[in-house]
Amino acid sequence: MKNGRDPVIVGLADAPIEDGKFVTKASVLGHAALVAKAAVEEAGLTLDDVDGLLTAGMWGVPGPGQLATVTLGEYLGIMPTYVDGTNIGGSAFEAHVAHAAMALREGYCEVALIVYSSDQKSLRSRNLGGRPSVLSMQHETPYGMPTPVGGYAMAAQRHMHEYGTTSENLAEIAVATRKWAQLNPAATRRDPLSVDDVLSSTMISEPLHLLDCCLVTDGAGAIVMTTAERAKDLKTKPVGVKGYGEAHTHWAIGEMPDLARLLPAQKAGETAMKMAGVSHSDIDVVEVYDSFTITVLLTLEALGFCKIGEGGDFVSGQRTAPGGAFPMNTNGGGLSALHPGMYGMFLLIEATRQLRGVCGDRQVAGAETALVHGTGGTLSSGATVILQKD
Amino acid sequence: MSTEKPLPVIDHDSAPYWQAAHEGRLDIPLCGDCGKHHFYPRAICPHCHSDNLKFDTVSGRGEVHTFTIARRPAGPAFADDVPYVVALIELEEGPRMMSRIQTDDPEKVHIGAKVEVTFVKATDEITFPYFRMT
Repeated sequence: MKNGRDPVIVGLADAPIEDGKFVTKASVLGHAALVAKAAVEEAGLTLDDVDGLLTAGMWGVPGPGQLATVTLGEYLGIMPTYVDGTNIGGSAFEAHVAHAAMALREGYCEVALIVYSSDQKSLRSRNLGGRPSVLSMQHETPYGMPTPVGGYAMAAQRHMHEYGTTSENLAEIAVATRKWAQLNPAATRRDPLSVDDVLSSTMISEPLHLLDCCLVTDGAGAIVMTTAERAKDLKTKPVGVKGYGEAHTHWAIGEMPDLARLLPAQKAGETAMKMAGVSHSDIDVVEVYDSFTITVLLTLEALGFCKIGEGGDFVSGQRTAPGGAFPMNTNGGGLSALHPGMYGMFLLIEATRQLRGVCGDRQVAGAETALVHGTGGTLSSGATVILQKD
Repeated sequence: MSTEKPLPVIDHDSAPYWQAAHEGRLDIPLCGDCGKHHFYPRAICPHCHSDNLKFDTVSGRGEVHTFTIARRPAGPAFADDVPYVVALIELEEGPRMMSRIQTDDPEKVHIGAKVEVTFVKATDEITFPYFRMT
């Protein structure tokens, strides 16, 4: 049943990057502000219309980033009356869409702005020294645990042991994703890639190779949501937020309940699809977090696109590549397009663009329903959003 | 960036565990209500949420649940260790814990390998429970 307060996406923007770095000269907050302004203006709104502000990031910590929505609101010069600084890792923005949707339905805000910005590549600020050895991490960091790749490697190792998944299966994902990137002028890595290239790339943390890992880039993106009623007067064609779900289980990889099954994705996916009233066959395009190739495999299984343990077969034969039966990560993903640290924002932007039908060479024909799934932490959190062309 | 290896910042939950390791024992919490061990040490049992907990000396035996061979170090502090094996050990008593596998041949480590604890002194205060294959 349609309702005037049904949540919709009406604006989006992302910052241009070249060789993985911001093109425009601005601070990390400057980039947040520029994409925020562009996203609201695309919809025919202004920043003064924004009363809901949602953000998550890694900037300014310790310091002003500890109160991220407060600092961002100050920078933008606005006084939001609904805020959400939920930070569950790279899936935070899928959770933000869910929380903004509930706030919009409830009448708690009218225009919600979700923003992300990271200049980790330009700043060379990516922390290679591991997580501070306090609380739960005192039992992991001192052993030289490579983070985050080591946790994903341990999950891959376990999946290989239990189900016979191979490095070739994982490489298929990286190769298919690169083919999408080749169709996206904005993607960072567009040179050809083969399964052999992936398998012969440097071993980082066995069994994961360099080319099983996402890029390290800058990036900024923003999404504007409002109600279906308000959207009628705006400049863009709204995309409906039909369902959402979220869950998390652990941060320390030693606490992951089952290293070969992604329980948060299973829970979040079930909740979101039930709310939207859609089944797997209704989904035209899938955007799932690809921090590492294994992340994708575990996510597809947990979301129920194939049975647990059958992910290797599911992705083989370039099934997820352009022209394949299962269009996935159509911008080139975190593996080949960009990965500023918390990539979930860009899953949402790409899914919305696919449903708007503006993706050019990489457009999935007739895309009407999209599933977006973010994963954060070390396979820790999951949040699913179902988007639909109105 | 510091090239000194990170040491645990000990807190009230973990102090008895690190003290036992210093004395050459593997002590982890045991719940007086549900009878299950857990790791890492907490103030309440993560299985039944009871606070009726005491530290129990366990066998130090278990098996490799999963592992990775680090070919790139977790920062400069671990550069001289490469390649090294970080593993999740499933203890005979049930809980899993992260540790290192002490071995001259990382390629020989496999899931299901039987292991036992061995204590490696890092500083005058800190001793780590590592594991070796049996």
